[in-house]
Amino acid sequence: MNDYNFAYLDEQTKRMIRRALLKALAIPGYQVPFASREMPMPYGWGTGGVQVSAACMIPEDVFKVIDQGADDTTNAVSIRKFFEKTAGVATTERTAEATVIQTRHRIPERALTEDQILVYQVPIPEPLRFLEPRETETRKMHALEEYGLMHVKLYEDIARHGHIATAYAYPVKVEGRYVMDPSPIPKFDNPKLRSAAIQLFGAGREQRIYAIPPFTDVVSLDFEDFPFDPSAAPHPCALCGAEGAYLDEVIMDDAGGRMFVCSDTDFCRERRAAGHVGAMGAPYEEDAA
Amino acid sequence: MYVAVKGGEAAIEAAHGWLAEARRGDPSVPVLSPDQVREQLSLAVARVMAEGSLFDEDLAALAIKQARGDLIEAIFLIRAYRTTLPRFGAARPVDTARMRPIRRVSATFKDAPGGQVLGPTFDYTHRLIDFALAAEGEPPAAREAAARAEATPHILDFLGKDGLIQQEASTEETPPDLTRQPLELPASRPLRLQALTRGDEGFMLGMAYSTQRGYGRNHPFVGELRIGMVAVELDIPELGFAIEVAEVMVTECETVNQFAGSKTEPPQFTRGYGLVFGQSERKAISMALVDRALRWRELGEENVGAPAQDEEFVLYHSDNIQGTGFVEHIKLPHYVDFQSELELIRKIRADAMREAAE
Repeated sequence: MNDYNFAYLDEQTKRMIRRALLKALAIPGYQVPFASREMPMPYGWGTGGVQVSAACMIPEDVFKVIDQGADDTTNAVSIRKFFEKTAGVATTERTAEATVIQTRHRIPERALTEDQILVYQVPIPEPLRFLEPRETETRKMHALEEYGLMHVKLYEDIARHGHIATAYAYPVKVEGRYVMDPSPIPKFDNPKLRSAAIQLFGAGREQRIYAIPPFTDVVSLDFEDFPFDPSAAPHPCALCGAEGAYLDEVIMDDAGGRMFVCSDTDFCRERRAAGHVGAMGAPYEEDAA
Repeated sequence: MYVAVKGGEAAIEAAHGWLAEARRGDPSVPVLSPDQVREQLSLAVARVMAEGSLFDEDLAALAIKQARGDLIEAIFLIRAYRTTLPRFGAARPVDTARMRPIRRVSATFKDAPGGQVLGPTFDYTHRLIDFALAAEGEPPAAREAAARAEATPHILDFLGKDGLIQQEASTEETPPDLTRQPLELPASRPLRLQALTRGDEGFMLGMAYSTQRGYGRNHPFVGELRIGMVAVELDIPELGFAIEVAEVMVTECETVNQFAGSKTEPPQFTRGYGLVFGQSERKAISMALVDRALRWRELGEENVGAPAQDEEFVLYHSDNIQGTGFVEHIKLPHYVDFQSELELIRKIRADAMREAAE
């Protein structure tokens, strides 16, 4: 693949994306329009994240990709291979060793550091989209800080279900100004949005980039008498015994037997390597799982 | 004991191997060459070039072969390739009045300078399966006539001379480029036309059809439909003049639509415009109807709430590469999100059942 520039995109395009990234960091939570390019993977499969990663990647970077928290999901494998080929950067599955992490639907359990960039793949960047389908209208609503509709929606959820019926892509307010969609991460991950790392969000098809600078205030929307509840699963991980991690539910047999395991595969590996064993786990061996 | 599923990488490799084999099909059947696709499936090639926004017949033919005949997949390959190409400059506007047409028809005048030229059309064929095509053999040579030496004037120009049709405002401004700037609304007409010409043929057809069935009706006549080769010229600053760098085939459709008028201006016919790479007249006609429907504001018409009048709706949903990517992405794993919904619904149900029990 030597016919392509470092990290696939040409330098002009990277410069355009970097400008959008800087603007996004300067106005936390604001959706910056950018001239998204066609990428060699389909829209909706991480083209925004891939463009953002390509624009901030340098040859010394160590790159990690996760989808649903795991490094070995097919689309994560495909994106990691893409950058191995087009940028020749080192890749890792270890969260602690990565300098750029591209993610779909999760924030790693391990707290990120100031030396790391977390890049989110975003399908629908507009938190108000399902309340108002028109882009022309929602841009106006953000400009006027007109977020009443969102609170009405959350209130109606409580009136109908007794709970806010949003379990992922739970809206947040960034630095007291813009309401932002954190991408479809489970609301369990929302408290991690206040982070030491730079968080960049890329929506390729919708041509938007937004960002959360390090240590920015990110508040999940709620009411005084109905405070935000990240809701952790009431089980430990069956492999590593972790409590308070986000768990995938796996159907084990035809009778519908279940087990719960860490969705963050590197977190689980790290714990097992440190000697933790869950109820259904085996003692850790290098490369065992 | 349970070991978490792994092996995405091996699975992807195996799937690609299987795909390559499936693409080839039965090896006892001769392999298809891109040349055969280019020459014998030329209308598929035209569609891939139009919606891929790249005029290269050989590349489009190869993409169709690689995509196993899935044209949207082929368009995707072309788009992803196109985006990596350097941009040397912008061509001068192509002059379709200087086109050498292989087909040129008007539905508004029985005859006009340049005449009605049917060209290679399906129009008056009977749609009966031709079993002879399953056998080998060459068709007899078609009859030939001398080509017309003079340029073929646009039919709508004749209406324009009498002031019967609205004139388009002319501008020296460089039009915006949809592939280099994010789409912002309201979009200018050049931007809209760019989106329509690369938009999905099926979507455009459906939108155009809906205007004919009353959802934003605009009474169109095909003033002229022409297909042929046009010269692409590029200004070379060092030379101080334009040189011809290529010839491309395009289909152009100009519609004549019902008149607008006001107290100060007498009524005039209005226009819709379609211009598409290759021989793609279904697309060009559809594009002209949708273009005309989107012009309601500028022409002082009422917005009746029809989908084809809605710029945001049409422009945001016409691109089949965006559409197919996003629609199909829901087959990717979503188990983290689903798990959070699962927990929520269990909690809500538990509350409800506890209340019912009390």
